[in-house]
Amino acid sequence: MEAYFDTLARAADAALRAGEAHTMSFAGEATDFVRMNRGKVRQPGHVEQRSVALRLANGARHASHLLTLTGSATIDRDAIASAVAQLRGALASLPEDPHLLLPDTVTSSRSLRSATVPPAAAIVDDVLTLAKGHDLVGMLATGAVHRGFADSRGQRNWHAVDTFNLQWSLYHRADKAVRSSYSGLDWSADELRTRVAATIDQLALVSRPAKTIAPGQYRAFLTPAAMQEITDLLHWGGFSARALETQQSALAKMRADARFDPRVAFSEDIADGVAPAFQNDGFARPANTPLITDGKLTGALVSPRTAREFGLATNGANASESPEALSMAAGDLAAGDVLAALDTGLAIGNLWYLNYSDRPAARMTGMTRFATFWVEGGKIVAPVDVMRFDDTLFRMLGDNLEALTAKREMLLEANTYGERVLSSVTLPGALLRSLSFTL
Amino acid sequence: MDLPRISLDADFWSLRFVDARGQSYAVRKNVPQPLVLATDSGVMATVYADGGYGYAATPDTSEAGLREALERAAAWARATARYAIDDSRTLPRPAPRGEYASPSLASKLPSPAEWYDMLGHASRLAGCDARIVDWEALVDVREETHRLITSEGGEVVQRFRFLFPSIGVTAHANGVTQQRSLNGYRGICQQGGLEILARFGFADAGTRIAQQALELLAAPNCPSGRMDVLLAPDQMVLQIHESIGHPLELDRILGDERNFAGTSFVTPDMFGTYQYGSALLNITFDPTRPEELASYAYDDEGSRAEKTFLIRGGLLERPLGGAISQARSGLPGVANARADGWNRPPIDRMANLNLEPGDATFDDLVASIERGVMMETNSSWSIDDSRNKFQFGCERARLIENGELGAVVKNPNYRGVSAKFWRSLARVGNADTVRVLGTPFCGKGEPGQSIRVGHAAPACVFTDVDVFGGEI
Repeated sequence: MEAYFDTLARAADAALRAGEAHTMSFAGEATDFVRMNRGKVRQPGHVEQRSVALRLANGARHASHLLTLTGSATIDRDAIASAVAQLRGALASLPEDPHLLLPDTVTSSRSLRSATVPPAAAIVDDVLTLAKGHDLVGMLATGAVHRGFADSRGQRNWHAVDTFNLQWSLYHRADKAVRSSYSGLDWSADELRTRVAATIDQLALVSRPAKTIAPGQYRAFLTPAAMQEITDLLHWGGFSARALETQQSALAKMRADARFDPRVAFSEDIADGVAPAFQNDGFARPANTPLITDGKLTGALVSPRTAREFGLATNGANASESPEALSMAAGDLAAGDVLAALDTGLAIGNLWYLNYSDRPAARMTGMTRFATFWVEGGKIVAPVDVMRFDDTLFRMLGDNLEALTAKREMLLEANTYGERVLSSVTLPGALLRSLSFTL
Repeated sequence: MDLPRISLDADFWSLRFVDARGQSYAVRKNVPQPLVLATDSGVMATVYADGGYGYAATPDTSEAGLREALERAAAWARATARYAIDDSRTLPRPAPRGEYASPSLASKLPSPAEWYDMLGHASRLAGCDARIVDWEALVDVREETHRLITSEGGEVVQRFRFLFPSIGVTAHANGVTQQRSLNGYRGICQQGGLEILARFGFADAGTRIAQQALELLAAPNCPSGRMDVLLAPDQMVLQIHESIGHPLELDRILGDERNFAGTSFVTPDMFGTYQYGSALLNITFDPTRPEELASYAYDDEGSRAEKTFLIRGGLLERPLGGAISQARSGLPGVANARADGWNRPPIDRMANLNLEPGDATFDDLVASIERGVMMETNSSWSIDDSRNKFQFGCERARLIENGELGAVVKNPNYRGVSAKFWRSLARVGNADTVRVLGTPFCGKGEPGQSIRVGHAAPACVFTDVDVFGGEI
């Protein structure tokens, strides 16, 4: 695949005329997807796809073409040449772009992370056998994912990973279920067995008679999976320099006097994630970018375009300025002490469908989902019927933050809209003195 | 393209080709953004073999590529046949023949320079005040040809053109930020040509959008309490989408989505007996309205699409389920098995899901409210995984007192429960209040699919709703 990509890059080089430059970012994958329901297979299949975002620039005039490729070097070389010609025709009528910023140094890189993952059909066989007799619903995505960058200055970046991502739920009845996942680079049949067994064990707790709680304030523990839903909402411009500069970030108040608890720290840790160490314009990304330190906003994700617009320095963010390897610092609460520390309140396994009820105030709402339990005296009493929370992040991670867990989880993004997304979050659980529930 | 002769040892196969061309134009803060072109072509092969079902998608549409995709799909069908949730030998084997074309398909669209001139004008109108700190006018054009071939002799060719115009502004002053848009983020999206922009007054809308955002900066928060609510069409579409459309999707009811998008409070036994809403509630699946975003003649499994009532007089009649889901459940359905591209398999989706108009004028709707608010343009949406407990927010609201529209208020939100909310539908606006809107971003499925859906809705009044405002 890397050689094929180089062929495409050379085709773009050859199509250029004097004064022109190109950049080309590549995304490809060969994925087995298997969708399961009721402990059976609903839709199994395979998807092969590869595409480039080809930009032609002449001075400050530029335009791009997103082009799906066939995989045949002969056909795709011609497609690249045609795309360059089409873009050249378009450039003549376009104005100069005052916000175009391209790298001024050549920074090539190569990262290959291969894995030994069993064939997808064998994994499905294992999963359905381990969960036999249970109402399992879920999804397996496995196979190679490739990202690349090339430009007419000779820069080449290549990033290839083999990942697997298995997400599943076991249902007791209606909406009472336990959700789990197993994702990463290194497959272990023992680890799968352990995780499925743990899900089955938790299903017994979900099967108890459910408790309905009244709206009000409750102590709450959020697992890393529940915290992921909160940080996913922050991916909508929360750490974006452009959104901060234009007051659209939910964290914009932190540029003034708003603060989180001093124990709260976020950073973009590309070095520890699965995202490539280069972005789509060819800029290299730092291994670590501090975003919130000691509860204060100390950084932002700055794309090249935003850098030019607002006079900032880019730190290799993509155009969306959304984290791709967000990491939150751990605390000191031991995993075995979580329920005792919670004492009486809600142990929330998952949140769902978050959105802002007042974005400038970082006030967000969402639902509990899957394994969420009522806890009394440090003991799980009953699963809880779904409840809606509505609270501000400044209260949740501010005055109401009691503890963060010492252990963090790295969660690979399961998003497969259009393509398998290469991003991750690494998060602790959070114990809150109070969380507001409204419906 | 001529199809090679296909010889495959299978019970049924289909090939669904998608060929798409796109152009994206935008002007942000009066600066033309770089032109983005798009070309996307590929094919999805689906095979039934030995009782199993399999698919394979490839951008290689050569004869060798098609054969390889079909063989790979057949291999998946056979490899998982013993685990198949349904015996594919019992599934329908469609043989549709027909065509479809979007309205105004042959009409000429502006050149890139003309688009940038038009968007530049809209941008200048929107960025009219120093307190407008960000603003953008844009349009995406997408042209697609879908061709479905089946082993039973079916062939359907459908040609579409979609336009997605949008204007949005952010206003900020004295620590307050407010956003306003033209019918929501990409809320204006239809099939056709330039007439779509004229239909929504796009060229001059920037001034109104900006003025309303500035007005919101100085407005008080929406009051809290239980009161009547008049929802404008650009909020009604979200209300219909989230609390009628998704819960009626048959694949959710069958459990396919429970690991991701969720289940439904609707169960199979409720069809034909359940009173979903008041007698004023009439919901149709209508793929026949030409300009609406998700109009088509056949779905992606080859079922013929027709206008069908899902809820009539408030009574739940049928779900949103395609031919395979109908076979699995034994329930009636509609032609709504759709994929968002060549690289994803069809699943049950909304297409055009509309609330049929009533007989009240807009003035009648306002006059019917003693104390309440009118909310416009969705800005926030959240609902539980059974599609019951919801909370929605809007960009703008006006108080209604004694049957008259009053002051503007900011940060309007309301919450409720789907199973009860639609029974509080008290007045339905007439055809003059209907707007044909939609979204290109309806997310669902494993693997994920973001698909285009259309919603036509009148303004409506609901009684005794839990309303509240924001923090700042």
